[in-house]
Amino acid sequence: MNPVLAVGPALPFHAPNVEYSDLLPMLIVLGVAVVGVLVEAFMGRRYRFEVQLVLAVAGLLAAFVSVVSLAGTNKVLVGGAVAIDGPALFLQGTILLLATLGVLSSAERSLDTGGVFTSAGSAIPGSEHERLLTATGVVQTEVFPLMMFAIGGMLLFPASNDLLTMFVALEVLSLPLYLLCGLARRRRLLSQEASMKYFLLGAFSSAFFLYGVALLYGYAGTVRLSGIATAVSSNASSESLLLMGTALVAVGLLFKIGAVPFHSWTPDVYQGAPTPITGFMAACTKVAAFGALLRVFYVGVGGMAWDWQPMMWAVAILTMVIGSVVAITQTDVKRMLAYSSIAHAGFVLTGLVATGAVAKSGEILGVSSVLFYLVAYGFTTIGAFALVTVVRDAGGEATHLSQWAGLAQRSPLVAWTFTLFLAAFAGIPLTSGFTGKFAVFSAAIAGDATPLVVVGVVMSAVAAFFYFRVVVLMFFSAPALDGPTVAVPSALTTVTIAMGALVTVVLGVWPSQVLDLAGQASIFVR
Amino acid sequence: MTAYVPIIVLGAIALGFAMFSIVAGALTGPRRYNRAKLDAYECGIEPTPQPVGGGRFPVKYYLTAMLFIIFDIEIVFLYPWAVYFDSLRIFGLVEMVLFIATLLVVYAYVWRRGGLDWD
Repeated sequence: MNPVLAVGPALPFHAPNVEYSDLLPMLIVLGVAVVGVLVEAFMGRRYRFEVQLVLAVAGLLAAFVSVVSLAGTNKVLVGGAVAIDGPALFLQGTILLLATLGVLSSAERSLDTGGVFTSAGSAIPGSEHERLLTATGVVQTEVFPLMMFAIGGMLLFPASNDLLTMFVALEVLSLPLYLLCGLARRRRLLSQEASMKYFLLGAFSSAFFLYGVALLYGYAGTVRLSGIATAVSSNASSESLLLMGTALVAVGLLFKIGAVPFHSWTPDVYQGAPTPITGFMAACTKVAAFGALLRVFYVGVGGMAWDWQPMMWAVAILTMVIGSVVAITQTDVKRMLAYSSIAHAGFVLTGLVATGAVAKSGEILGVSSVLFYLVAYGFTTIGAFALVTVVRDAGGEATHLSQWAGLAQRSPLVAWTFTLFLAAFAGIPLTSGFTGKFAVFSAAIAGDATPLVVVGVVMSAVAAFFYFRVVVLMFFSAPALDGPTVAVPSALTTVTIAMGALVTVVLGVWPSQVLDLAGQASIFVR
Repeated sequence: MTAYVPIIVLGAIALGFAMFSIVAGALTGPRRYNRAKLDAYECGIEPTPQPVGGGRFPVKYYLTAMLFIIFDIEIVFLYPWAVYFDSLRIFGLVEMVLFIATLLVVYAYVWRRGGLDWD
């Protein structure tokens, strides 16, 4: 043995035990990402697109199957770094299904020559170099491994049981997204601006998160959520460290879900990013980040709910009010949907604050209602953004609301489908949005947060106003002469829109299966 | 305190060797003037004089720096593994092979995409 080490007392060392079979979903997705990088390196350009698409979709579906086969697992793994329990598996399954749709709509090539993404990511927008590269018609295929890496991070995010693992997952999911935001084929400057803003603010919020982790470590002496929970219940050391640490970790997580006052990036990024990526981010990132938020606030600092609930109340109210009210003034479809996603984050937060709401069956209502809402919201959102991609004019997507006037006359099918999505966002009965809102609001009432529900219902009415303004515009306005046309997409986008619409209707008419599943999955392992 | 004696001895040896090399070099080596001797150590862009507005420098440096960091980090992980090789046994070996294989994929990608060509 090394003489230097022999001097001090021998450090206790236990080789970690890695339960590969329980981590299989994440290993499959990350493995496919690595294989995707190899495909980029060694396969000829002609076959790359097809191979990458098949790899990605097959990998996501295989990962989904392994999530399903893990159902009922309730374990802490890898020396306590990862928890595979009901909420983790439920959210992983949701993310995998939504991500499959996201990959499908990102692979669309028939709407725009060469696909959604630019062939010339490194060329200066408007330059001769860009024109030459674009003329080659090269399809960008590196987005597939990038998306798979992001999805791998998203799967780990709600399953991470200590704050450092959570931080690693946060970065793994964020870094590819920053890049994907900047790769739009049309309006490249806007896209690069979105990417830059997202990166700078995202890095800033990661720093907040990390500083919060440091303070919580200072408080509890561990970054394990269960260890922090023990320290909270024994009231061990300085409470100011705990409060500041919790607040800073919350800033990092609330940034990712786009809650007010950490929402300012959302409209710019959602508008500038390639639309299928916007849908992917709005659905999957939000699901993953709410999973992490639930775990930190239910498992880690659940014992001091009295202290953090006022903060969450304020954030939830602000998010609902600002998201709904500012959305009224938007003139761009993507920006309007961005503000709507902010408002929805507020509605989900009303479910999250209901920590005390436990049903007779042992179901934690605060968790199960959030889980259900995320499924409902995710499918509607990814469908709605996919639908935005088919309304086009010569300059690409026609996202200005005035261009959508009279769309029902050009394509009744698109107008009706968009109406369905908007109705779900507004929470009209017989759509998934109604069931989701009903679930979070009843959880909030059971958890003594009735004032929040009052704000939520009023803001739902405000939101319904701007959703139905779009419906009126589509059905009762005269179409502009040089208005956009509705392009016919390939099966990839069609499947995305159809699945979004199908789940929106099914969860509105017949939600009991998914509600039951969310109820069974609502208990965290500790 | 005795625990720190080996470190202090090691530091003294390192310092002594550095001083010996410099002094021995200055006493015994030939002195021939060469412009390159006044350049910045190792490689990279000239730090002075600064061009107006900061100037531009090739993005190639960025790529090289990124590659360097990747392999630097690899060493950071290899070192503790080497220290605890006995207790980690076959598990540690498999994990390390997986880790290095992943880095190899990165390397292959950079190589195939021309990241290693300077021009």
